[in-house]
Amino acid sequence: MNLLDPQGPVAAANSTILVDSIFIMLVIVVPTIIAILGFAFWFRASNPRARFQPQFVYSGRVEMVVWAIPALTVILLGGVAWIGSHQLDPAAPVPGTGSPVRIQAVSLDWKWLFIYPDQRIATVNTLTVPAGAELNFQLTSSSVMNTFFIPQLGSMIYTMNGMVTKLNLRADNEGKLQGLSAHFSGDGFPDMMFDVNVISPLAFPEWVANTAKTDAVLNADSYKKLMQQGIEKGRPVYRLDDPRLFDLIATQHIPPGPGPELASEAGRSHSGGHDAR
Amino acid sequence: MLGKLDWSAIPFDQPIPLVAGAMVLVAILGVLTWVVVKGHLPYLWSEWITSVDHKRIGVMYILLASVMLLRGGSDAIMMRIQQAVAYQSQGYLPPEHYNQIFSAHGTIMIFFVAMPFVIGLMNLVVPLQLGVRDVAFPTLNSVGFWLTATGALLVNVSLVVGEFARTGWLAFPPLSELSYSPGVGVDYYAWSLQISGVGTLVAGINLVTTVLKLRTKGMNYLRMPMFCWTTLASNLLIVAAFPILTATLAMLLLDRYLGFHFFTNEAGGNVMMFMNLIWAWGHPEVYILVLPAFGVFSEVVSTFSGKALFGYRSMVLATMAICVISFMVWLHHFFTMGAGPDVNAIFGIASMIIAVPTGVKIYNWLFTMYGGRIRFATPMLWSVGFMVTFIIGGLTGVLVAVPPADFMLHNSMFLVAHFHNVIIGGVLFGAFAGFEYWFPKAFGFRLDERWGKAAFWFTFLGFYVTFMPLYIAGMLGMTRRMQHYDVAAWRPWMIVAAVGMAVLTIGVICQIMQLVISIRNREALRDRTGDPWDGRSLEWATSSPPPVFNFAFNPDVRGEDAYWEMKAHARQQSFEHEELEYQDIEMPRNSPTGFVCAFFAAIMGFALIWHIWWMVILGGIGAFATFVVFAWRDHDEYVIPAEEVARIDRINIEERRSLVSMAGAV
Repeated sequence: MNLLDPQGPVAAANSTILVDSIFIMLVIVVPTIIAILGFAFWFRASNPRARFQPQFVYSGRVEMVVWAIPALTVILLGGVAWIGSHQLDPAAPVPGTGSPVRIQAVSLDWKWLFIYPDQRIATVNTLTVPAGAELNFQLTSSSVMNTFFIPQLGSMIYTMNGMVTKLNLRADNEGKLQGLSAHFSGDGFPDMMFDVNVISPLAFPEWVANTAKTDAVLNADSYKKLMQQGIEKGRPVYRLDDPRLFDLIATQHIPPGPGPELASEAGRSHSGGHDAR
Repeated sequence: MLGKLDWSAIPFDQPIPLVAGAMVLVAILGVLTWVVVKGHLPYLWSEWITSVDHKRIGVMYILLASVMLLRGGSDAIMMRIQQAVAYQSQGYLPPEHYNQIFSAHGTIMIFFVAMPFVIGLMNLVVPLQLGVRDVAFPTLNSVGFWLTATGALLVNVSLVVGEFARTGWLAFPPLSELSYSPGVGVDYYAWSLQISGVGTLVAGINLVTTVLKLRTKGMNYLRMPMFCWTTLASNLLIVAAFPILTATLAMLLLDRYLGFHFFTNEAGGNVMMFMNLIWAWGHPEVYILVLPAFGVFSEVVSTFSGKALFGYRSMVLATMAICVISFMVWLHHFFTMGAGPDVNAIFGIASMIIAVPTGVKIYNWLFTMYGGRIRFATPMLWSVGFMVTFIIGGLTGVLVAVPPADFMLHNSMFLVAHFHNVIIGGVLFGAFAGFEYWFPKAFGFRLDERWGKAAFWFTFLGFYVTFMPLYIAGMLGMTRRMQHYDVAAWRPWMIVAAVGMAVLTIGVICQIMQLVISIRNREALRDRTGDPWDGRSLEWATSSPPPVFNFAFNPDVRGEDAYWEMKAHARQQSFEHEELEYQDIEMPRNSPTGFVCAFFAAIMGFALIWHIWWMVILGGIGAFATFVVFAWRDHDEYVIPAEEVARIDRINIEERRSLVSMAGAV
């Protein structure tokens, strides 16, 4: 999950800006630290060779320089920030090969639901995407806030109930990555890590077809069961019954998740797990 | 009868909080028994609890902060151990406990350690530096302190009665709403902060008024010591920002208690509104904490370099610039909400702009050292340690102000490392520097230098060993608040951080040892001059500890570094001066108002948390009655007769004169 080992263009651009910014700042930070330690050492009271200049308390030239150095740095970095914010806006398109894949992500207590509306399938805690294609994410939450984040693909974004956020990513290399929630959401929060399988664009339709063979169906009823509080250790997959399910969740036609009081069996088996600890 | 309160509120099944709570209870009872048996109670009551003397209140604030530092530090130790062991396992803390610990750690460290520490230092020092006898509203000052202590008390009660919030230190809804946090944890959090928030607001109003209205003869704004300027800026921010916190928490409480929908998922509530409001307070809060620390460093660096502060006017400008800009950057706490590129970029750049005046401050301290004669006493060590550490914290801070970089680092361990970098390296180092620097003024004896230096080095190194690994863990994608994890790459850094925590703990132990040893050797460390560091501002012009009236005569200030000029003047003219005409001094009477008011506030707060409505009414009436009684008081001042003033002042002058003549003989 190393941020400096990006696997897609967004993460690559993010980390380039990250590293560049650090170096721009190091250019003035390192000499300043050396000057602090150097001045402190040289002007120690016990050094007879240091010249005592108690009247050196103002210098227009020095003032100009000390205001100018941080100001110039900030002007430079401000430019980086302005351009970067626009180029790397999470909603900005990330062109890729092949047709874009639409994915609707819902953060539940405490798992991730990924709906593929065009493929009419859905997965929990595992995200499978074709390499090289543009990935259009729409995100919302069933209950509390979370943050969707795949460190090696870049740009995290909040999920909030009753709202839809947008994020476009692309994964360039086949392989396994990991994603997580980056916003604390309650007792099961650390178990909100999910697998990201980047597979070849040729294998993707095959994976879709295999997944669609499952008996489990995702509709409003099974979704309501899924959104009960609890941890999901398995990787269930569903056939999607109604491609508008995500819209029903995001517009609160399906009411928000119930929280601990109404959490029934799932919640209880979860709290039963505590005793074993 | 007792609302939601019953025996199930006591966590009999959780040994850690119960044992910790029992130990604290035993310690408190032990101290109380000792106080009563030894007959110290009347002294405590009349000299401390009911005192309205700004110096005493300042000391009590710092005492509160120090005790709470131990509590918050214990939480930190538990968290670091948990993350070191909880790799592919549950560790030793279940999530419901771990989540309370990190929430309590943040809440305590900000509201009940950093805040009381800096407010305590400002209380203690600012009136002395301004050359006046007290703050503007002495009784209100006492009320402010005791309300802060009430908040701290309630947070600690939650350890054994009920639970604390499990939502993080800012209790973001909808997680903190009733449907997702049905317990009393969030109520403990919110009511503690409401009560202590009133105390902080009162302290802020008091200190702003003091700086603006009570300055001695000749103390213009541009002759005030830098610490007074940063106090002014910090307290202006308190007055402007704390009402936002109070209003925001009031809305959350209305949601929880009366079924409102400000921040709920349902019925048009808006969580983004909470984010905006809480950070509209939260970002200025950071500068409320760090500005007084900047003030401390300005005083310390100038004193121990034997030079006036370099670029004084530039420093004033930088301070006030920070004060204003800090209100315009709150959105950088949630770039990842998807607000759009223009908004993100504008707030990102605004956040970077704050780095300009902050950078200027660093350079001005640097040039204060240039051409100086630097004495490396403990306060100066903390200051140099601060400059180096804070620059690194500033670098990572500007980094997360760049939105595309923040998209990778937001809420990560990198962020955790960043804000500890600036709060420990800035606020805490500043608090310790101020503690070492002004301790002789408050108590009349210096602190042991050897233990002080040991404390510095262990804390300094411990900080780096603890938090540099967290930067790296953040770069490896680790997010904050993980009760357990399965990623092997994070593990080694968590172990290193736990080792660093041990080093930090040794630093704290050294600090305690320093205090113990210094109290034992206080006769040898006695400061009879009132000016142990060869200081420059007016607090060093009076004895250590200062008499209750601070100055027998209001000092006449003729320039920056008022006391330095007086000393130079006195050296030229020899010490013979005309016979002084002492006058009666009126001082504010002690008042139990603060303590009694806080007592009722504590009852009311506890009752509100547990829905014990009759007790709420009782506490409310009690607090109001206290206020009415205070408002109708007849005598609020007493007179110290001129002879008494003369006697106290002559002793001080004699001591100083004998020391000067002794020095002359050598």
